[in-house]
Amino acid sequence: MIENRPFLAFLTHLVLIVGVVIVVFPVYLAFVASTHGSGDFMRGLVPLLPGPHLIENYSFMLNEGISSAGAPPLWIMLLNSLVMAISIAVGKIIISILSAYAIVFFRFPFRMVAFWIIFITLMLPVEVRIIPTFKVVADLGMLNSYPGLIIPLIASATATFLFRQFFLTVPDELMEAARVDGAGAMKFFRDILLPLSRTNIAALFVILFIYGWVQYLWPLLVTTDSRYYTIVMGIKRLAATADSEPQWNFVMAAVMLAMLPPVLVVIFMQRLFVKGLVETEK
Amino acid sequence: MQAKRTTFPNKFLPYWLLVPQLAVTLIFFIWPAVQALKSSFEREDPFGFKTTFVWFENYRRLLVDPMYVGSLGRTAVFAFSVTALSMSLSLILAVAVNRVLRSNRAYTTLLVWPYAVAPVVVGILWWFMFNPTIGIAPYLLRGMGIAWNHRVDGNQAMIFVVMAASWKQISYNFLFFVAGLQSVPQSQIEAAAIDGAGPFKRFWTIVFPLLAPTTFFLLIVNINYAMFDTFGIIDATTQGGPAQATNILVYKVYTDGFLGLNIGSSSAQSVILMIIVIALTAIQFRYVERRIQY
Repeated sequence: MIENRPFLAFLTHLVLIVGVVIVVFPVYLAFVASTHGSGDFMRGLVPLLPGPHLIENYSFMLNEGISSAGAPPLWIMLLNSLVMAISIAVGKIIISILSAYAIVFFRFPFRMVAFWIIFITLMLPVEVRIIPTFKVVADLGMLNSYPGLIIPLIASATATFLFRQFFLTVPDELMEAARVDGAGAMKFFRDILLPLSRTNIAALFVILFIYGWVQYLWPLLVTTDSRYYTIVMGIKRLAATADSEPQWNFVMAAVMLAMLPPVLVVIFMQRLFVKGLVETEK
Repeated sequence: MQAKRTTFPNKFLPYWLLVPQLAVTLIFFIWPAVQALKSSFEREDPFGFKTTFVWFENYRRLLVDPMYVGSLGRTAVFAFSVTALSMSLSLILAVAVNRVLRSNRAYTTLLVWPYAVAPVVVGILWWFMFNPTIGIAPYLLRGMGIAWNHRVDGNQAMIFVVMAASWKQISYNFLFFVAGLQSVPQSQIEAAAIDGAGPFKRFWTIVFPLLAPTTFFLLIVNINYAMFDTFGIIDATTQGGPAQATNILVYKVYTDGFLGLNIGSSSAQSVILMIIVIALTAIQFRYVERRIQY
């Protein structure tokens, strides 16, 4: 601090507290709604203080779900989301680290072509090629399956670039020493490069886990069988019925459960999260 | 492009290493994109028996379609508003956190978690808050004499989705602004303070100009976000309504192609979106090259 200005210090905290309130309030409202009984919403205004039905609502949603909305119990959807998010994160990391290794540590014909093909994926988000991608997945018979949810999303230019940047900073001497000692390409990768990349892999995992968890459009397209619903898309179906039958408490319990896993990851792995975010975007 | 000074001599290994990434990319990215490009030049008859090559007819029809041109305009308004609102709020918060010494970690934690909330969940949270029948916001606004119903009033619907989309992006911008602020050299700020510049003058003449690279980077990222990642927010709140008022391009591609099954038109829309993404990515990467000098 350069000079002592009590008023400015006060203003700083005021700004931050207002900011936190803006950020937290919508979620607080949802949390409060998730702790009330269905009847509490009849009065025409949402309650502002938590009610007594917390455990009841959450266990009902986890174990039974609202069958009239065509949604399975939430634990199935949470499990699907977990499988999808972890597989996407692991898959992206594996195929990216391998291709970055090939691009940095080998010289071979068409190296640039490979690099550009990977680069192009940056410019083709799912949203702009919905129908043809759906058609490819349908032709391969991958609708309503885990591979259909996962594989089309695991190509990653950003992860490849991150590993490439990192590999370029690995001193050449390490590799020369390994070769002098008789290590082959895969042994060098396994015993030297992988251990060196540990922090990068962890940071990337946090970001990619969140990426996988929040996917909405893709699961919406490729799953029609409720056994494969992920929580984020299943919620939308629950919410669609909430207007006709006032089951706000159940819908909001589902919303809280859908948010919780990735938010906890951000809060408890904040250092890795920030590192991953700032570095992948470079 | 850079490679190591010494490389491994294996001839076939690098190809095997690249196979998984390239296979996924070719099958699920390049091939569909080529298909979209191809069908954007074709027209299918209503029964799907026959497709005819129509050159730029799909594009021509789009660009004279008032619905599409309207959607283009609304997307611009939406992207600009989200970017401006979210970035300015985040900058204020980042500057404030940067001034706080002891509690800045606590504030940061409380501000960054919305990054992990799925856009569609953000949509539902805001939809609940602004629900015309039981929401808290319309109730408070009624008290202030504003009749809120975003299901009828197109302008209110636009304000509504802009707020929801900005809320989600605050955490992201905040983190990058904080990182940017930490790299502003303290000595320059102190020198300015000795010369008698107050906190606001120091911010506008030293800190803000030095933040320009971060600001520019975030500008592109936010436009990209508003245009492509807000699908879930729109789908959960207004679904493009009322009367197309919030039907942004990404949502329109989905409704025309997947629900309306107008393949030719939807493909042409996809191709236009791709061109926009390519332009944004190109700007971003050119800028990253230049940023190295800072």
